[in-house]
Amino acid sequence: MEQVYRVDQVDRVDVKHGNTVPSVHNNGNAVALVQKEYSMPDDKLIIAGIEFRSRLWVGTGKYKDFAETKKAIEASGTDVVTVSVRRVNIIDRGKENLLDFIDPKKYKILPNTAGCYTAKDAVRTAMLAAEAGISKMVKLEVIGDEKTLFPDNEATLEAAAVLIKEGLIVLPYMSDDPIMAKKLVALGCPAVMPLAAPIGSGLGIRNPYNIRIIMETVKVPVIVDAGVGTASDVAFAMELGCDAVLLNTAIAGAKDPIKMAEAMKYGVLAGRMAYKAGRIPRKLYATASSPLEGMIGS
Amino acid sequence: MLITVNGENKEAPEGLTISGLLQFLKIQPERVAVELNLDIVKKDRYGTTPVKEGDSVEVVSFMAGGVWSKSTVWTKSTVST
Repeated sequence: MEQVYRVDQVDRVDVKHGNTVPSVHNNGNAVALVQKEYSMPDDKLIIAGIEFRSRLWVGTGKYKDFAETKKAIEASGTDVVTVSVRRVNIIDRGKENLLDFIDPKKYKILPNTAGCYTAKDAVRTAMLAAEAGISKMVKLEVIGDEKTLFPDNEATLEAAAVLIKEGLIVLPYMSDDPIMAKKLVALGCPAVMPLAAPIGSGLGIRNPYNIRIIMETVKVPVIVDAGVGTASDVAFAMELGCDAVLLNTAIAGAKDPIKMAEAMKYGVLAGRMAYKAGRIPRKLYATASSPLEGMIGS
Repeated sequence: MLITVNGENKEAPEGLTISGLLQFLKIQPERVAVELNLDIVKKDRYGTTPVKEGDSVEVVSFMAGGVWSKSTVWTKSTVST
């Protein structure tokens, strides 16, 4: 008979065979380990030679304070944290610094060009970010319009070309447009980041078919970026076969950001596992689960 | 000498290098990037790059921000689904 274990007794899940293995030393952190085990060693996310442990990437904006930011990031189980590039406050030097809370040794810090409306500004910001010395990998964002915050695809292509020539690793935020994805990859982007919906809208994946076509069009990782609202949105993105999800507002704007961060962790894990497991096809009519033989009265 | 730092007029001692200016502004050089008159100054040049009267200097660092960090934008309207 199959032994049933409590979740805190499980320290390893053999995903390939679906077996749970009992813990010899109970460390009470089963799910974190499940996620770690699951994404390694046979389900790695590698972009430009850099290995990512987590398929959930998070932003650092809109939190109450840095302490809350730190707690939410820890709860999310992520290892990739996006940050913006801004002028140092030269008047008040006493202010706390985000990177005192988010340790760059522990997390991959991904600088972005959030807030840039022209290719020129985005290039300038990205070059400064690379010079500040944390990473040559940047998330390129060129915003086209303040109301929708939709990307300016033309300007994004222009900026990407310059930055790639300068030796940066460019992860572009883009519309959910397969042609755009193709052009960015042709320029040398090692991954693309199509939006699910407008930034901060929480609407979830508005056009899953486009996301699927993007995945079939380009042979690089596809990271859904922006617009997800809750854990099921994240799970859905992963079930579609996306390689990762980047979000910020869905956690930071939740009533309880730390709880939502944890929910997102499970959402990504559940979605990824379901994708790997292979879902049943959709059918219009019923298929009985129970055998029909041996029914009484037959 | 009068220079511009991050868009603000600033009176700084004569004869400073970028290193000296960062020290004067009490900014740790590790996690910042510096632009002098729109050109990026590499970290290994901080000690030898002079700052002159009328120069415009930008000192940037990493701040909180996700996909967009202007908090007013996302609270403006809510969509019911």
